[in-house]
Amino acid sequence: MGGGLAGLRAAIAAVESNGEITVGLVSKLYPLRSHSVAAEGGTSAVLDPEDNFDLHSYDTIKGSDYLADQDAVEEFVKLVPEQIYTTDHWGCPWSRAEDGRISQRDFGGLSFPRAVFAADKTGFHVMQTLYSRCLMYDRIHFYNEYFATSISVDSNRFNAMTTINLRTGEYTIFQSKSLILAAGGGGRMYRFSTCAHSTTGDGDAIAYRAGIPLKDMEFVQFHPTGLVPSGILITEAARAEGGYLRNSEGKRFMEHYAPTKLEEAPRDIVSRAMMWEIEAGRGVRGGYGNIEYINLDLTHIADKLEERLPMITDIARKFNNIDAAEGPIPVRPATHYTMGGVSVGIGTETVVPGVFGAGENASISIHGANRLGSNSTNECLALGNVAGKKAAEFASSHGIPDLNHDKIREEEKRLWEDIMRRDGGENVAAIRSDLGHTMDVNVGVFKTGEKLESAIKTIYELKERYSRISIQDKSNVFNTELQWALEVGYMLDLAEIVAKGAFERKESRGAHYRKDFPKRDDDNFLKHTIATYTRDGPRLEYSPVRITKWQPAERVY
Amino acid sequence: MSGNEYEFTIKRKDDHGKVSYSDYSVPKDRISTVFEGLLYIKENLDQTLSMRYSCTMEICGSCAVEVNGKPKMACSTIASSLKTDKIRVEPIRHFDVIKDLVVDLDSFFDKYRKGLPYIIREDYGDYSSELLQTPEQFQKYEQYSMCIKCGLCMAACPIVGTDEDYLGPASLTAVLRYNLDSRDEGGKYRLEAIGTEEGTSRCHYAGECSEVCPKGVDPSSAIQKLRWQVFKHEISGLIRGRRK
Ligand SMILES: Cc1cc2nc3c(=O)[nH]c(=O)nc-3n(C[C@H](O)[C@H](O)[C@H](O)COP(=O)(O)OP(=O)(O)OC[C@H]3O[C@@H](n4cnc5c(N)ncnc54)[C@H](O)[C@@H]3O)c2cc1C
Ligand code: SF4
Ligand code: FES
Repeated sequence: MGGGLAGLRAAIAAVESNGEITVGLVSKLYPLRSHSVAAEGGTSAVLDPEDNFDLHSYDTIKGSDYLADQDAVEEFVKLVPEQIYTTDHWGCPWSRAEDGRISQRDFGGLSFPRAVFAADKTGFHVMQTLYSRCLMYDRIHFYNEYFATSISVDSNRFNAMTTINLRTGEYTIFQSKSLILAAGGGGRMYRFSTCAHSTTGDGDAIAYRAGIPLKDMEFVQFHPTGLVPSGILITEAARAEGGYLRNSEGKRFMEHYAPTKLEEAPRDIVSRAMMWEIEAGRGVRGGYGNIEYINLDLTHIADKLEERLPMITDIARKFNNIDAAEGPIPVRPATHYTMGGVSVGIGTETVVPGVFGAGENASISIHGANRLGSNSTNECLALGNVAGKKAAEFASSHGIPDLNHDKIREEEKRLWEDIMRRDGGENVAAIRSDLGHTMDVNVGVFKTGEKLESAIKTIYELKERYSRISIQDKSNVFNTELQWALEVGYMLDLAEIVAKGAFERKESRGAHYRKDFPKRDDDNFLKHTIATYTRDGPRLEYSPVRITKWQPAERVY
Repeated sequence: MSGNEYEFTIKRKDDHGKVSYSDYSVPKDRISTVFEGLLYIKENLDQTLSMRYSCTMEICGSCAVEVNGKPKMACSTIASSLKTDKIRVEPIRHFDVIKDLVVDLDSFFDKYRKGLPYIIREDYGDYSSELLQTPEQFQKYEQYSMCIKCGLCMAACPIVGTDEDYLGPASLTAVLRYNLDSRDEGGKYRLEAIGTEEGTSRCHYAGECSEVCPKGVDPSSAIQKLRWQVFKHEISGLIRGRRK
């Protein structure tokens, strides 16, 4: 399920590891439309002899605010270099030095310049590379624009994935021996987000409803510089190259929050500083309705723009009609990445034998409370590869399980006799927009117990309204309103888990910041949140963090 | 240009193939791009409208449509830059319409695949170290690697419109992109795969493809270079043939 970086990598691994395997690659988008093509900056890999695996592990663990499972991180970093060389052989245009060798550069939170990159289009180029490789195999069957609605698990064995063929509206069942969940993250449960509109957490919610637990969902990363009003990412290189953040008084304010690092402080610190300014009434207004924002000023480095920051200069011009050399760019912290996901072990296995998870859909956890900027695309490659091999292995040693026809009929009824026939007059888009607003305001950069309670209450109200939606589009063919409705249903479930997990986590760690509990509390919260589906909402339990070499220490940069 | 609203006219097609036009007024201060206009309509005015979109930053290739008669990416087309308040949005040409603004792209991706658009090498499976490629070698194909498979060039190309089998600008550009990659060893297979009637010989160099390409890929120049490769390949084939 899914044709982004993780899904494509897994498909290739499956067919290459076993000459008999066939893969059905089911994706609600043509693969190249996946969110992964938007990744810009780079992907961390230990290639330089001066660098080492322990250092990459340490950076990752420190970045995670010590919530990462250290054995998983140590295993992961060792898997990455081969993926860089593999994609090199498959045609990825990694940026290179004059001598033809792959270059590496600095990136947020790294103590060694180990980010490999393909200009400022890393995700785009790796996606083209993997997709091209897939085209070599007739044994990879693409089912493009098939929307997964549920999976069926019986006697602890996966037996089917139900989908809607968007093109015809036909209810289509996929039966297979194993399943890889690679449907990406859920950033779009927030309104202001750098994520593609398709990033709606379907894979998380589908697995959760089938009884597979989710891990650490309350950890949602905010990127300081989302372009207003669209949310398009303005890379952190803009600040690294010397850009200033200014409030409505035209003043730089980072000196109050991070006196030495200023604008170059880590993502969570800069995001919080910007929100403090906005809350203190020093947000900029004008030009974009009621949205308050901060100005990213690049005018004093105008001479560097075309050469060092071509992509964002182009974005400001194309999308906002702004010449970055002449005037500031309006930005605001935006939801960027979900650290949580389907709970998997180091071998990408879930609690259901034969079901594996990879990419942003899964949580091992390598990222803990905060992902490093260059640690997702590499995870998709390394663990997509593992998941593909494991799923192939499982498939070659197991038969096809029986279909559970009752469940399949039940799902069919849910779609066409329930969702499609609801008639209470509520607009799906309005519910989604209200959900996004609540998440932005109450489950955002700053959280408090009070705000979270209010969010949970709103989510309940939205769920109630959701039971009264009316879908205006009655057509079978490409019914995107039905698709929206299903996505909103998933996001309501996930939002509830995020808000409840955040409410219970009475501490601040990584991306999770509670104004009422501003300190990290290792005595009580050095543990993973595990959310399991029940009829009355998620049951929250906790599991210990696995620590190998690095004892939790204060996270200072 | 002076009113507070854009007047959108959208070409529709329903389940039964019936074609119609719908008009909508969209407040100017609520949108900046044509995509945002479409989303505003779908969220607030008419939930039955179907279109494709995902990244909204002109990198995923989803949102190709025709805006006031020109093939464009909806997400990167600034409404105010159209210099008119009347915005007509239609599906791109040369593809079957599935519904409203959604067209059938399978033929496009099938054609793309025909040109063997992947690296072909003998050292299959040995990935223990990197291959070398200088920035200069990269520059040979850099531009051609930027294609987002949006299909705008296909919609603009007059030959694609009259000749169903013609592989078209994006597919041929991909052939060149891999042929020019110093890591590749499969050029001859690719030239054979496309050295038929459907390949470069049909292009009339009208240049429309390069004009509409949002990524500056310049497929037209790619096809010219590729035609030269095909020509050389055919000549060497003839010479080899005579030697036998
Ligand atoms: C703007 C931006 C920049 C980034 N830059 C970097 C960077 O520089 N470095 C880095 O390491 N990371 C970066 N990231 C993060 C990284 O891009 C993502 O985490 C990663 O690409 C996710 O890949 P994926 O394969 O897990 O999922 P996705 O690419 O999101 O793919 C999900 C797939 O699942 C399919 N799918 C979803 N739901 C369904 C369903 N219901 N039925 C069928 N199919 C479904 C979709 O069609 C899609 O093919 C960035 C993220 C953003 C937002
Ligand atoms: S060549 Fe340009 S216009 Fe054609 S598909 Fe690629 S990006 Fe789109
Ligand atoms: S939505 Fe991705 S290119 Fe326009």
